[in-house]
Amino acid sequence: MLQALADGILTGAIIALGAIGLTLTMGILRFANFAHAELITWGAYMALAAVSLLGPLGGPIGPFSFGLPLILGTIAAMALTSVLALAIDGLVFRQLRGTSNHLTLVFASFGVSLLVRMLILLIFGGAATYYSNTLQIAIPVAPGLRLMPDQLFALGLAAVLVVALYLFLQHTRLGLSMRALAENPDLTRVNGVSTARVIRWTWIIGASLAAVAGVLYGLTVQLRPEVGFHLILPLFAAAILGGVGNIPGAVIGGMIVGLAESFAVFILPPGYKMAVPFLILLAVLYVRPTGLFAGTAGAAK
Amino acid sequence: MSDALLTVSGVVAGYRRDLPILHGISLEVHRGELVTIVGPNGAGKSTLIKAIAGLVPISEGRVELDGTDITSLATHKMGSASVAYVPQTDNVFTTLTIDENLRLGAAALPRSLAKDRIAQAYKRFPALRDHRDRKARVLSGGQRQLLAFARSLLTEPALLMLDEPSAGLSPAAVSEVFGHLTDLSKDGITILMVEQNVKAALAISDRTYVFAEGENRIDGPSGVLADDPDMKAIYFGGTKRSTHAASAG
Ligand SMILES: Nc1ncnc2c1ncn2[C@@H]1O[C@H](COP(=O)(O)OP(=O)(O)OP(=O)(O)O)[C@@H](O)[C@H]1O
Ligand SMILES: [Mg+2]
Repeated sequence: MLQALADGILTGAIIALGAIGLTLTMGILRFANFAHAELITWGAYMALAAVSLLGPLGGPIGPFSFGLPLILGTIAAMALTSVLALAIDGLVFRQLRGTSNHLTLVFASFGVSLLVRMLILLIFGGAATYYSNTLQIAIPVAPGLRLMPDQLFALGLAAVLVVALYLFLQHTRLGLSMRALAENPDLTRVNGVSTARVIRWTWIIGASLAAVAGVLYGLTVQLRPEVGFHLILPLFAAAILGGVGNIPGAVIGGMIVGLAESFAVFILPPGYKMAVPFLILLAVLYVRPTGLFAGTAGAAK
Repeated sequence: MSDALLTVSGVVAGYRRDLPILHGISLEVHRGELVTIVGPNGAGKSTLIKAIAGLVPISEGRVELDGTDITSLATHKMGSASVAYVPQTDNVFTTLTIDENLRLGAAALPRSLAKDRIAQAYKRFPALRDHRDRKARVLSGGQRQLLAFARSLLTEPALLMLDEPSAGLSPAAVSEVFGHLTDLSKDGITILMVEQNVKAALAISDRTYVFAEGENRIDGPSGVLADDPDMKAIYFGGTKRSTHAASAG
């Protein structure tokens, strides 16, 4: 039971990191970006590429399975995922924004996600892989609960990033502009804010968090080209549960989905795990169509 | 004419390229003036203000501020060009606090200057200071309008454009808002405002333009226009173009 709780929180943290980027871009750009999940896969594999290049820089640190190469690799993955997100926005979404309706953008994002997934398959192949083959010993954290050091690291990093993002949004001019843009784009321009610049930073932040989510998934589960594809539903469920545009909402939404998936195995046959986020989403939308916590985008219209 | 701060000449604009809403609007606002635009619903008053502010694309014509062409200046650069705009609806961020609304409005200024200007705004509108850390959604209509004013003044604009500042307000709030407007005007800010509250607007403004169907039909000193029969015709039916075109500015 305790183990399921811990697993659920870990899955929830990874989903939350992805959902934050999704909810930010959905709130600000006002369309459901199905390609967001592929940024997670892309980030995970960019880190893998970096690790294989930087391998000689050092072995595992302390009880962890990874060392300096993966830490640097994660930073590189954040940068490279941001580049991909900005390129997708510049080449595809920006062309369609303004002139076409939301559905066109949504379908375009389907196309983009397929392309990215195929690209990853082409470069890295379809087999599951790991950042490192170092074996880890699970440490007993509490009676009946054993966790890998990597899992603890993943939880800690996710928590630090969520808090950092929250502080950033509350206390910086750019964060303020992002919240304003999510509520009312025209009024944000009227306030003298260059929305193009804010949108660029939104992609960079969303993509960077997605890259970290990918690395943490690769670190605690495994790397597969379908990682993102399997996360699409949990990500959307988390973002919509929390209210589109609502950061704390996305974190709580991610936790709910992660925990529900992990506890569902007690009730449902394992094969049904994939359906859990969808069921929660339907249940919540039935009661509260704007999500558990009204998002900024919801409040604007 | 020589002292025009804002010159709008022959502006054609609309939300879609194939569907112009404004069919050649021309007007002038002189330095220090308070000019009102009135006209029936859907006449294109808000559209003109938005077009000047860069939110609606202008397909023909020119907008000049103090002799500088600002026809296609991006909206977010209007503040540094000394133009401020308070929209008719949704003119504050309801999900942000009052203080955040002001900080955003001052975000283009250097930090220390922004701090000073926000302090000044609280001095001018003490009611806002009392609620500074509350979300703007809790403000009354009149308080929201004051917050929107306060925000627009942070950049110390030469030209302030207001779209129906009295819309939906209680009579008491209307007189408070108009009182602030008169004060601002006395402080030397040039104001271009749209109003439906014709009587009150004519009473405080220097000159008035009357719009109908995307054109300006009549204009003149507010005191004179208040008694104009053509003006009454536009307001109470009979908006046929031929009747009034001769007097269009
Ligand atoms: N966002 C928009 N998209 C498309 N058409 C619009 C939009 N806003 C206004 N219009 C149309 O433009 C025309 C002029 O509208 P506008 O808002 O400028 O009128 P107005 O004179 O400000 O009226 P009101 O007194 O009701 O505010 C109307 O026919 C309206 O339907
Ligand atoms: Mg209007």
